[in-house]
Amino acid sequence: MKPARLLNEISLSLKYMSPGGMTVKHIYMDYNATTPLRPEALDALLPYLKEDFGNPSSVHWAGRAVSGAVEKAREQVARLINCSAAEIVFVSCGTEGDNFAIKGTAEALRAKGDHIITTTVEHPAVLASCQALEKQGFRVTYLDVDADGMLDLQALEQAIEEKTILISIMWGNNETGTVFPIEEVGHIARKYKVRFHTDAVQAAGKIPVDVQSANVDLLVLSGHKIGAPKGVGALYIRKGSRMVSLLHGGHQERNRRGGTHNVASIVAFGLACELAGAELEANYHRVKALRDRLERGILSSITEVKLNGHPEKRLPGTLNVSFSYIEGESLLLNLDMKGIAASSGSACTSGSLEPSHVMGAMGVDVALAHSSTRFSLGPDNTEEEIDYLLEILPPIVQRLREMSPLYNK
Amino acid sequence: MKKGQRAVVAMSGGVDSSVAAALLKEQGLEVIGMTMQIWDYSSFTEKNGDSFGTCCSLDDVYDARRVAQKLQIPFYVINFEQDFQNTVIDRFCDDYFAGRTPNPCVLCNQVLKFEMLLRKARELEADYLVTGHYARILEEDGRRVLRKGLDSGKDQTYFLYCLTREQLQYVRFPLGGMTKVEVREHALRFGLEVADKAESQDICFVPDGDYVRFLEEQRGSGAMNGEIVHVSGKVLGTHQGTYRYTIGQRRGLGLAWSEPLYVVGIDAQQRRVIVGEKQHLLRSELELIDCNWLDAPPVSPILMNCRIRYRHLEQPAIVTPLGQGRYGVRFEQPQSGVTPGQSAVFYDGDRVLGGGIIA
Repeated sequence: MKPARLLNEISLSLKYMSPGGMTVKHIYMDYNATTPLRPEALDALLPYLKEDFGNPSSVHWAGRAVSGAVEKAREQVARLINCSAAEIVFVSCGTEGDNFAIKGTAEALRAKGDHIITTTVEHPAVLASCQALEKQGFRVTYLDVDADGMLDLQALEQAIEEKTILISIMWGNNETGTVFPIEEVGHIARKYKVRFHTDAVQAAGKIPVDVQSANVDLLVLSGHKIGAPKGVGALYIRKGSRMVSLLHGGHQERNRRGGTHNVASIVAFGLACELAGAELEANYHRVKALRDRLERGILSSITEVKLNGHPEKRLPGTLNVSFSYIEGESLLLNLDMKGIAASSGSACTSGSLEPSHVMGAMGVDVALAHSSTRFSLGPDNTEEEIDYLLEILPPIVQRLREMSPLYNK
Repeated sequence: MKKGQRAVVAMSGGVDSSVAAALLKEQGLEVIGMTMQIWDYSSFTEKNGDSFGTCCSLDDVYDARRVAQKLQIPFYVINFEQDFQNTVIDRFCDDYFAGRTPNPCVLCNQVLKFEMLLRKARELEADYLVTGHYARILEEDGRRVLRKGLDSGKDQTYFLYCLTREQLQYVRFPLGGMTKVEVREHALRFGLEVADKAESQDICFVPDGDYVRFLEEQRGSGAMNGEIVHVSGKVLGTHQGTYRYTIGQRRGLGLAWSEPLYVVGIDAQQRRVIVGEKQHLLRSELELIDCNWLDAPPVSPILMNCRIRYRHLEQPAIVTPLGQGRYGVRFEQPQSGVTPGQSAVFYDGDRVLGGGIIA
């Protein structure tokens, strides 16, 4: 028997039995953190955890049985971003992809220059890679964003200098959902002949991502953000780009990345990319409608709410809002007690919730930054879930406000 | 505490708070674990390069999370690093550089645990904030009083006198009536792997006990060098910083003298460490600031039992209000090692009356 089609049905039927004996319905609204494994991807990967166990690098029958599957997945991934399969390198995660793209470029182009341009709102994988390079003597320009989290293209152009070897600018922001004008960035990079890397972990599969029309040279994808398992990602390296490997080892991935292939996850990743591409337009509209319903509902039922991020140029499922006077963290825990999974700031540091560097870069004041809460929706969410959240959210916000030392009304 | 009520347990990753959480869960309460992340040791080593050291604080968070997972209770880490730095660490350093010997646990309890963490518990609509302290909160004559833990060797009321009467309504110490041996037995019974975890002895943010290195990393070294002076006025030598010394200290002075010498005073302004023979350690009087009273504050001189260190046996003393929140304490017998910055805590039997900081 096949697994139930909609994982959604499974997740909704999961009841969380609290110690006090109450049952709470689980509602997942944290798709930017990770997504449930697509049932089709699960079906596709299972054989590679069972009978098809071979190492794709082996010459014999066991290797042959799986190497084709890896190459098929490579083609599926390539199709989602409109590149050739040979330009795809499988990696273990988005973070590895960003490290590889940035450090691999810096080392390869060191003789050419020592200057890198990025933005203040990148994922920590990009920021920390740049900071590590600074310690090795590279210079990094961190471009500011405006109050909507939007990039200033003029500032980008002005930042480019003779010694600039890399521009690393994300496609869509994980915290606010703000989508940068990547085609324009690519155009500028091309004009000045600077290599262009983009972290498309949040954008791919949600909005059209085309490395040709956007003139992208390096692009990072992550499997688990689009329904594949955790532990697999891809780096697109435009043909002809000189790079230095990050993981030295065997001859896998045409000597670009050592390490035995994570075959099962790669197969699932390939299928997830194919499905995301096929469903992109339908999902975009569906998810955006849900997000807009939530956004309208919150703005109309709760006072003193600030939308963080660009009002229009935004990923379809992301809604980041600050509720004045309360901490996002407190709201998050209260929502968790009610079974609703959301996020405050970046979930990558989950557990320890630090003020978001993205809010800071947008000039959001510290108190409002602390009160920011991110709801990120996916295709499995329903109108009923949105309405349930809209029902329970206003009283929680009100109660927390009444307890807040900052609130006196 | 009743079945079905909601309790937030402050979990440190140690055996005591883990057992507290397990016991309440067993009693049918809805238990939520919370850990305060207050000090990231790795952020500290990072200054010296890219290496990553192990972090005791994060190890404890990890332990607490594992316990919560085993107990199948929700668990949250609350990041208080900035608040901890701004209140506890800064005050800790200020005190040492002003010639006092601070007690950071008192301040952490007062400002973080029973104030900020308690607010987090209220925000989650918890009925109680629970910790693994060895102390008892009992209802007597319609009000809540704080009494010593029954295991006299483990009693922690010395660190808890800053609780307000309002906080006593909300805080619970389920281990107060147990001995450490019983708690360890419970830990084994619940299968908690922390059962034989070593007792934390040092200040949590100075895991290696080298508080001098900590202070110098925080504030730099060299500024507090000066002379070591005998009570008679004779200069006996020099020292590398007044904060390296504490009242009553005997070892590490490196002085040649006919009789054993002790640190009897620290004059931070003159950057002097004052040493003397044992009898010079004795004091009959001290003055208290930053007092908190769990009972009605004394309005006239009154006899109480007073403890001036964690491991000090209470001594009878007359407590006299001096106005502006200050109190004078006169011991019946002179006491050795009255140390500015430490707390003096008052008792009536095993009931805590209040306390303050030795000025």
